[in-house]
Amino acid sequence: MSRSRLRTRKVTNAVMLGLCGLSAALAVIALLAILSYTVGKGLPAIGLKFLTSLPQPVGDPGGGIGNAIVGTTVLVALACGIGIPAGLLAGIYVAEFAHPRVAVVVRFVADVLFGVPSIVTGVFVYGLVVVAMGGYSALAGGIALALIMVPIISRTAEESLKLVPNTLREAGLALGVPLWRIILSVVIPSALPGVLTGIMLGLARVAGETAPLIFTAFGSRLNYKGVDEPIAALPLQIYRYAISPYADWQRQAWGAALILIVMVLLASVAVRLLTRKRSSNLGR
Amino acid sequence: MSEAFVLARTEDKAVAHGMVTEELNAWYGRMHALRNINLTIEPRQVTAMIGPSGCGKSTLIRCLNRLHEVVAGARVGGKVLLDGVDVYAPGTDPVDLRRRVGMVFQRPNPFPTMSIFDNVVAGLKLSSRQGRQRMAEVVERSLKQAALWDEVKDKLNQPGTDLSGGQQQRLCIARALAVEPEILLMDEPCSALDPVATMKIEELMRSLREAYTQVIVTHNMQQAARVSDFTGFMLMAEDRAGELVEYGRTDQVFTNPRDKRTEDYITGRFG
Amino acid sequence: MKQENQQGGPQARFSLRSRLKSRGRRGEIIFITLAALAALALIGLVLLMVFELVTRSLPALQRFGAGFLTGTEWNPVTEKFGALSAIYGTLVTSLLALLIAVPVSIGAAVFLAELAPGSIRGTASFLMELLAAVPSVVYGLWAIFVLVPVVIGPAQQFLGDHLGFLPFFKGPNLGGFGILSGSVILAIMVLPLVTATARDIIRMVPDAQKEAMLALGATRWETLWKVVLPYGRSGIVGSVILGLGRALGETMAVTMVIGNSPRISVSLFSPAHTMASQIASEFSEATGGLYISALIELALVLFAITLVVNVIARLLVWKATGKFKTGGRS
Repeated sequence: MSRSRLRTRKVTNAVMLGLCGLSAALAVIALLAILSYTVGKGLPAIGLKFLTSLPQPVGDPGGGIGNAIVGTTVLVALACGIGIPAGLLAGIYVAEFAHPRVAVVVRFVADVLFGVPSIVTGVFVYGLVVVAMGGYSALAGGIALALIMVPIISRTAEESLKLVPNTLREAGLALGVPLWRIILSVVIPSALPGVLTGIMLGLARVAGETAPLIFTAFGSRLNYKGVDEPIAALPLQIYRYAISPYADWQRQAWGAALILIVMVLLASVAVRLLTRKRSSNLGR
Repeated sequence: MSEAFVLARTEDKAVAHGMVTEELNAWYGRMHALRNINLTIEPRQVTAMIGPSGCGKSTLIRCLNRLHEVVAGARVGGKVLLDGVDVYAPGTDPVDLRRRVGMVFQRPNPFPTMSIFDNVVAGLKLSSRQGRQRMAEVVERSLKQAALWDEVKDKLNQPGTDLSGGQQQRLCIARALAVEPEILLMDEPCSALDPVATMKIEELMRSLREAYTQVIVTHNMQQAARVSDFTGFMLMAEDRAGELVEYGRTDQVFTNPRDKRTEDYITGRFG
Repeated sequence: MKQENQQGGPQARFSLRSRLKSRGRRGEIIFITLAALAALALIGLVLLMVFELVTRSLPALQRFGAGFLTGTEWNPVTEKFGALSAIYGTLVTSLLALLIAVPVSIGAAVFLAELAPGSIRGTASFLMELLAAVPSVVYGLWAIFVLVPVVIGPAQQFLGDHLGFLPFFKGPNLGGFGILSGSVILAIMVLPLVTATARDIIRMVPDAQKEAMLALGATRWETLWKVVLPYGRSGIVGSVILGLGRALGETMAVTMVIGNSPRISVSLFSPAHTMASQIASEFSEATGGLYISALIELALVLFAITLVVNVIARLLVWKATGKFKTGGRS
């Protein structure tokens, strides 16, 4: 081997490793670009009026996203109300009671549901709920979001429950406590950080979903009127404003996007903290 | 990069290669793993390192091919001389050193995505562009040196992991020999193998003596006595740092140890 | 029962406990039933989804048959619906997105798994998670007002001027809204998923393999390229296909920058549409049973394609995590 060949190899090594670092940097740069523009363009749009008033027609000043914030809250609450119990129970069933083969099937189905494009979920709920109810509604939107939430929650719940050592269950059983009580009062609390992680992840995900709402919740420029009426939502508003040709609406889109990103960021940080807590709880 | 170091590499096998450590120390982070090791590896001899678990034998040989520093937070102090040149001198390149000081590990680790043929030439392909013919010659020579040729010559294209444990280890030895190292380090090469495979590898070490300088770490004293010309006995001190207690010709260390601790270990009073 | 309670001593406690037990058994049955129902509902829902999609696309299925997949004309007025342009747009943007994202993802995954010092590793992974959490519509907003005018528009200008003889860079330029923009924003969105999965795969490569290669005198890059990455090959492919599955179903960001036009063109500058973007933009205004049915059939095709891709991806990743156990017979 000649000395120059060794030098070539070392140069290649340095270059390729550098490219790997550059790749990671690119991802970080992309994130920073998105965050900085959102903050930069969104912050000026934010104000109390913006956060509380209703959208105004084009050209009229003072429009806001008040109803969209309320709408997203209502939709997420509906999604949680349906999705959290369903997801948790399914996760508990797979982790604690199911026959292994049944568990494989349920897990597979949850994975399938997880991978369904959210627009297809929207089409499904349209056919199932909107057509049946005769119109767009918050309920339909909530159901669509719940369908997206359920596999996330059930999978994280299942994994967290499985991490709880069996000795806890055995100790309870030896005392004569029925299994379901043990699960409710001992196992789930132990798995709580993990379960909460799943819930936060699901929340953050559905709060930002637009596609399934386009023809279920549909959006609205009015105040909340009931779960059987169309309802505004932050992501929908952003979408409609972003593709509009009006500068004022585009500005509002950035403001709304900033709110959404802050929500998502908080949820991500919460997830991180919870995960760290879970690791330390298990003495890792 | 040290000029002398690169030029010292020679294809002339008539030259015999040896190593010397001077006040060699090693740390894992803050944990002191080796203390002031002064050891001579005689050329064309087999040197065995023995001692109870945790005494630093593996750490020591990993310092000889600069594999120790690959672990995050690991550090080395002192000198290790290969034919008189310090391999830890600033600017010295570990990549070239590791081709010259080869290593075989405790558990056989052939590359599963490569055939037997490709496994043997894996190291060779890095440093030189050889034609297929030339590589086939190297493969045959290395596998013969490792006493594996007859068993695999008809299935060179099969995956390297399609062999028994003992065969895999000999494959790893062939792989190490293919790059024609000057020194061959073996970290408990037989501990994962059955007695028959162990015997074959010990025979292998004897046959390699003419061409290579070998260092073997073993927890099996009888093996050290059978195979080596020189033996070093190590112990873990109270602060868990490894120390070289005694070093000398194998027959002397085993029949007439100078240090009482050596005697205790050899007679099985502990360890 | 009350009288039994008032008897003191161990007998009372025993009967109390047995009463608790029988109440407990009822509770147990209720609880398990509820949980099982939830699991069953999950299965039922997915089956229902397939059923619904198929049933509602029947009119279009019956009218167009297999021609739906190959037809290029999409005309609500004459009621002729062919999905080829949407399928083309979906495949082209997804594959181009992967082409851009995969080298960057694997490079980043290698960096995070092997090269980064501890402190950087944690922060970078967290930032990657944040990138994954950004909602699609925000990506789209950023793409419309930043990516397209600042990056893609000028890039297309440059490519058109200098490499315009290539069919990929020919043709009119909608100021940046088209296949290239759609692919780039998809690439950014797919990046965190592929990186995180590939990173986990790479971290599972045993140290012994890396040491063996290093001990032969290999540089770190040579070790990565010749041993580590091949070892994790199927898992890495799995993570790429996972990214593909994500890209295929991505709706909002792509809809906002792809130009929404039913064109099939080799030029990267050309506007186009994907199945998801077409459904998103046309569904609310679709009138007429056949039109809606055709859009639902589009959703069905999208569902089927993403299902197959995701199953393959999961199989590969699962296989990689259970692969390479102790090799060799003995």
